[in-house]
Amino acid sequence: MINLTAVYVLWLREMKRYFRAKSRILGSLAIPFFFLAFLGLGFNRMPVPGVGGGVNYIRFLVPGIIGMSLLFQSIFAGLSVLWDREFGFLKEIMVAPVSRVSIVLGRIAGGMTTAIVQGFLVLGISLFVGFRITNAPGVVVAFLFMILVSTSFIGLGLIFASRIKDMQGYSIIMNFVVFPLFFLSGALFPLGNLPRWLHILSYADPLTYGVDGLRGSLISVSALGVPANLLIMAAVSFLMVVLGAWSFETSESR
Amino acid sequence: MDDIRVEELTRKFDDFTAVDRISFTVPRGELFGLLGPNGAGKTTTINMLSTLLRPTSGTAEVSGFDVSRSRDDVRKSIGVVFQEPALDSQLTGRENLEFHAMMYGMGRDERRRKVDEVLALVELGDKAPVLVQNYSGGMKRRLEIARGLIHEPRVLFLDEPTLGLDAQTRRHIWDYIRRLNEEKGVTIILTTHYMEEADYLCGRVAIMDHGTFAALDTPERLKDVLGGDVVSLEIKGGAAGLEAQFRALDWIRGMAVHDGVFSLTMERGERRIPELIAQAQKSGAAVECVNLHKPSLEDVFLHFTGKTIRESEASQAERNRAMMRAHRPRRGR
Repeated sequence: MINLTAVYVLWLREMKRYFRAKSRILGSLAIPFFFLAFLGLGFNRMPVPGVGGGVNYIRFLVPGIIGMSLLFQSIFAGLSVLWDREFGFLKEIMVAPVSRVSIVLGRIAGGMTTAIVQGFLVLGISLFVGFRITNAPGVVVAFLFMILVSTSFIGLGLIFASRIKDMQGYSIIMNFVVFPLFFLSGALFPLGNLPRWLHILSYADPLTYGVDGLRGSLISVSALGVPANLLIMAAVSFLMVVLGAWSFETSESR
Repeated sequence: MDDIRVEELTRKFDDFTAVDRISFTVPRGELFGLLGPNGAGKTTTINMLSTLLRPTSGTAEVSGFDVSRSRDDVRKSIGVVFQEPALDSQLTGRENLEFHAMMYGMGRDERRRKVDEVLALVELGDKAPVLVQNYSGGMKRRLEIARGLIHEPRVLFLDEPTLGLDAQTRRHIWDYIRRLNEEKGVTIILTTHYMEEADYLCGRVAIMDHGTFAALDTPERLKDVLGGDVVSLEIKGGAAGLEAQFRALDWIRGMAVHDGVFSLTMERGERRIPELIAQAQKSGAAVECVNLHKPSLEDVFLHFTGKTIRESEASQAERNRAMMRAHRPRRGR
């Protein structure tokens, strides 16, 4: 049922496209860099409200910005079905004698890899604005969170890609789904500072658990604790992948 | 052995019937053409036969496999060149072909050999390492045809293979298609709205209009329906006697006289012209002008549908606009 060669060749295609578009990589690192440089350095002298002493704003912000990069890169990877449809290549994929599950898995594998590469590139950049990795095993746990966050949002991207048929829908999703998910996730500030109703709403945002988990593993500051976050993200990831695969399959076989 | 068997195949989009109960079979090794204007249902037919679209009703088999029930088996035995380009422009020509070969489960050695072989066939060997975004339209088309052949399909679908290409490239692609069919014995289903393309390439042609077949036969037999070539003679003087003279010739199948112009229907008109002129001279009439018109598929299309293909496309566009109007949400209520 799962054709590994097909998964591999779809993954390989993503890798080639990603590493070939150097300007796109550079462009996608610009926004995280500006956030870290201007927001991070600008607020760095202020204490982060609701977080214990010794954590300056840069330290607090870096896991959030990694989460943001993962979110954008993954949604984009899921939505790239739209581009393939627009430029016709989707037909070449759909007419091949491989199961639709393999096609979805290949896309997820490719998107996940680029998102995680992106996450580590942001982690690398953060070292230049004063971030320090103090606990090395935490990076491995952060890697786990990166896998779960990226697969979750690729799944979400696939769901949207099967519902919208044009590029206008794309900007609506970016403005009314992706940005709210980002701001609501606690990537930029501790959620405890929000009014109660917004705070409750933030628990409906999967990225909240991703960011909190990344923070727990990278700087040992976490509201819910790493195990709880891992468990929730794993469940979300599984659900999103299944729903995404189902949406893709039903919308492409009309 | 029939590679394609289609019975009562129908596809509807909401209220619009794009393909309406068509039936046909294509034997192994035939080059079969679907000829018709844009919007006639050709691409919808191809999409159903290549498993991209599910039929609303009716059945279709491709190399013995049902397109609804055995989709993977159908996919394995076909190659498709789509009307719209379906290449990844950020990959090189070779990478596009490698991607395809791997999707079709070919091993490394076989893959390398076949990719080189098809690149040579379409004369793109030296352009293989170039990104497809730098290819011309004709090169992209050739690369797509090459890709359709890598896995040696039994049946190849070509949807408007020369649309928008210049005359020279079109010729080139016609030659590839012919060679493929003749040398490799690939069954080819080709859609086109170019009359000369169907005429030049296809063993049999189905004339498609508004989702149905208006006619289906070899190009020659379709043209025969029109009775043969038309020779027009413009005559000065002595026309009355000439008419009786022509009527006596059994190879003249039809005659119409209008304003001193004789329109005569016959076979192999070019060989009869000298005799016609001799006949005219015998009756003392002067021939001012001779014109030979060979029937084309354009005439055949006109004969069967009552429209030229261009008119048909115009009315199709009109229908599409009407459909858009009907579907536009009403405001101010």
